Amino acid sequence: MKKLMKSIVLATALTSTLLSAHTHAADYKVDVKGAHAFVQFKIKHLGYSWLLGRFNTFDGNFNWDAKKPNNSAINIEIQTASLDSNHAERDKHLKGRDFLNVKKFPTATFKSTRFIEEKDGDGYILTGDLTLKGITKSISFDVEKVGEGIDPWGGYRVGFEGDVKLKLTDYGINYNLGPASEWVEMALFIEGIKQ
Amino acid sequence: MNIKNTNQSYGLLSITIHWVMALFIFFMFGLGLYMVELTYYDSWYKGSLDLHKSLGLMLFFLLNVRLIWRFSNIRPITLSATRWVAIAGHTAHFLLYGVTIVLMLSGYFISTADGRDIEVFNLFRLPALPFSIENQEDIAGDIHEVLAWGLMTLVAIHISAALKHHFLDKDRTLIRMLKP
Repeated sequence: MKKLMKSIVLATALTSTLLSAHTHAADYKVDVKGAHAFVQFKIKHLGYSWLLGRFNTFDGNFNWDAKKPNNSAINIEIQTASLDSNHAERDKHLKGRDFLNVKKFPTATFKSTRFIEEKDGDGYILTGDLTLKGITKSISFDVEKVGEGIDPWGGYRVGFEGDVKLKLTDYGINYNLGPASEWVEMALFIEGIKQ
Repeated sequence: MNIKNTNQSYGLLSITIHWVMALFIFFMFGLGLYMVELTYYDSWYKGSLDLHKSLGLMLFFLLNVRLIWRFSNIRPITLSATRWVAIAGHTAHFLLYGVTIVLMLSGYFISTADGRDIEVFNLFRLPALPFSIENQEDIAGDIHEVLAWGLMTLVAIHISAALKHHFLDKDRTLIRMLKP
């Protein structure tokens, strides 16, 4: 009996060691291959309605541990020429010198510097450096975890969403779209697959 | 007054299309430079582009008539003094046609890159091709800009050559493009 108890204790200890190793912050790759991630933007049109668009090509990775969320970090790189607002003439203008100047600035990047669980435990505050049009600024915004768990194909996934308002002139975009359109709202929907 | 060309001079139709197209092309170049500088709150921001596209198609139509007429009609003999000058002249004319055609096609490929039709003077719609390439509007846009300046360079050479014929060589090259 004593022997049995001993082996149970040992087994438990071993399992918990293994488990804790398993629940260390894991690396995730953003599921761009399956297109389960979206970088969208939204800006007022004349103040009367909204214009929506997205960036089709980007990539990124993050690490995440549900037990220690504050250790999480994320990197995203966006190909600015992949801008798509469902209108070629407008896309050409937005990719041109008046706006993103994608020839000179082909990528926009976001590198997190801090990830903090909110006091009420409802979400997280993500802080990081956004580089857009060659200008780097630290931004901070709320992020929510949408869900996490195994997928039906043998993988493990977690998804987040967040949005942030950016002032166009902060990033060297000085084209006058009118007083209602000085800010663009970026919405991020990121699903990662555990590596 | 000849409608058709003779081997000595151009006919009325050739002369008319030549000068109408010349005016069109200058106007289109100016309009193109002007409209891309207009800002969002200029009242002609949308209208200028619509006009540019509609006139572009008219120009394409005129160029087709011109080419059909050119190849179904005799051409006046060259008045160039040497063979090399004649070859240079033919090359310049070939380039003027070629650059104009590609310039117009590139414009079409900008506006139809997303599969949208081109509306021509609210009269009819010119359909897009059923396929497109990645970033077509940017690639076609670059080509359109470079060729617009290229065409203007060729036009400058063309005008200089016409003036050389008239004032230096003192031949009828320019006169016969003015009087049928």
